[in-house]
Amino acid sequence: MLIDHPILGPRDASEFVYKGDANLIHRPDWQAEDAAAQFFEYGYLRDNPAGPHRELWFHEQGDRSWLVVTRDTRTHEITKVELARDVARREGRSK
Amino acid sequence: MRYSGFKVIREALHGHRGWGPAWRDAAPASDYDYVIIGGGGHGLATAYYLAKEFGESRIAVLEKGWIGGGNVGRNTTIIRSNYERDGNEPFYEFSLKLWEGLEQELNYNAMVSQRGILNLIHSDAQRDAFVRRGNAMRLHGADAELMSTEQILAKYPFLNVDNARFPIKGGLAQHRGGTVRHDAVAWGYARAADARGVDIIQNCEVTGFRMENGRCTGVETTRGTIGAKKVAACVAGSSSRLMEKAGMRLPIESHVLQAFVSEGLKPVLPGVITFGAGHFYCSQSDKGGLVFGGDIDGYNSYAQRGNLPVVEDVCEGGMAIFPMLGRARLLRMWGGVVDMSMDGSPIIDRTHIDGLYFNGGWCYGGFKATPASGFAYAHLLATDRPHEIATAYRFDRFQKGLMIDEKGMGNQPNLH
Ligand SMILES: Cc1cc2nc3c(=O)[nH]c(=O)nc-3n(C[C@H](O)[C@H](O)[C@H](O)COP(=O)(O)OP(=O)(O)OC[C@H]3O[C@@H](n4cnc5c(N)ncnc54)[C@H](O)[C@@H]3O)c2cc1C
Repeated sequence: MLIDHPILGPRDASEFVYKGDANLIHRPDWQAEDAAAQFFEYGYLRDNPAGPHRELWFHEQGDRSWLVVTRDTRTHEITKVELARDVARREGRSK
Repeated sequence: MRYSGFKVIREALHGHRGWGPAWRDAAPASDYDYVIIGGGGHGLATAYYLAKEFGESRIAVLEKGWIGGGNVGRNTTIIRSNYERDGNEPFYEFSLKLWEGLEQELNYNAMVSQRGILNLIHSDAQRDAFVRRGNAMRLHGADAELMSTEQILAKYPFLNVDNARFPIKGGLAQHRGGTVRHDAVAWGYARAADARGVDIIQNCEVTGFRMENGRCTGVETTRGTIGAKKVAACVAGSSSRLMEKAGMRLPIESHVLQAFVSEGLKPVLPGVITFGAGHFYCSQSDKGGLVFGGDIDGYNSYAQRGNLPVVEDVCEGGMAIFPMLGRARLLRMWGGVVDMSMDGSPIIDRTHIDGLYFNGGWCYGGFKATPASGFAYAHLLATDRPHEIATAYRFDRFQKGLMIDEKGMGNQPNLH
């Protein structure tokens, strides 16, 4: 698989480490009333869809940036690659 | 029909016209006591033990394709009970004991071969870890023996013990481990279950669950609605897809695992060996092919095929201990979708929905578990209580911090 890195261009997927569902960007608030239940879901439950999947890839053997890759789990076809930082900011994370 | 040596000779003299089909091609009835979803090894074993041990007779196994087309027909066929955690070892040792009596039990030649498995040691720290694991195994009544390099070379003279980077310093052997003909496990359980009245229904995909007053009372399928007092999911790599239809999210990611077989060779490899410094395991099939594999590809996948970097990684692992492998040509490679759980251990449990049960999370190691998984799942279905060897395989262990994490990797499925 080739991942079209937004800064570096197409890179071999083996330069990256796979870190799972991109919803992990949204870490729950540890002060929430139901923080324990939220952290259980965050830490352990996954949608695991057959089809398009937004996922985190860490460029460990490269520039060490985190990417959000949209990839079809049935065909491995990659349709979108973004910097995880941009996605997080757009979705309301402050840093 | 009972199979026997006498029957084989008789049929040889009569042009093999007397062999009937091994199981009926059943059509679905309108309802059953138990509907088991998934005709892999675990589903078929569950049906067999339900019928045999718990005297239940109105049982159906629903399979979306053909039985044995999933992971039970794709794995590298290794059986062993060399686990360390208390939640695991009694379960896998129970399974190994069932393997030892399986062929007589099913009257079917599953080619159970206890040729021994050897985990190689490459460093002092690894020796300590393997000694600890061997002791844990023996405490649970399994066999384990620490082997010196000299003892290993007597059985495997071709091993590259002086590899500069990963020298072989010894190994942990389980002599009762080995291999089993994987397809024959599916067929043997199917035939034996069918003989006890189980309906095996192929080309029947479950597309939804019938819920009434919060209770699961049956399944929707491509061959119509089928009612059931109890519905038992058992679909390995498809677990999340199936349980999503009941509104459940699981502690599971589906990943692809590849396997490889070389051209047929004369007997060179008498047992199963595993590389301890990378991930590589290998045995030789009775046809002569070297059957081997390594790590999962490491990203969510339902594709049943993998990518080249893992092929390279697996072959490098093989070459490190076993340089003669480089002369053999690769005949076939394939992939299967495995249900990687968050702690690397399985789940056999009731769900929060009455009448709906779940078996899954077998990762890349559920073939060896087939008999015990079927037995324990049948026990749970029939009695609503977990079997004593499977009490730890609960859904709520992730909430309660009771993970069974053999490798101590945490909630990162691609590291287990
Ligand atoms: C390449 C590879 C190598 C492996 N090597 C080993 C090994 O050496 N040792 C070991 O112990 N384990 C090994 N495993 C793991 C082992 O094969 C699996 O854990 C085990 O087979 C899973 O249980 P099963 O046999 O019931 O699964 P499967 O055979 O996959 O059965 C599940 C069945 O459910 C069916 N299904 C799915 N969805 C539906 C639906 N909606 N309706 C109806 N039916 C459905 C599927 O078609 C399938 O037939 C390996 C796996 C792979 C892929």
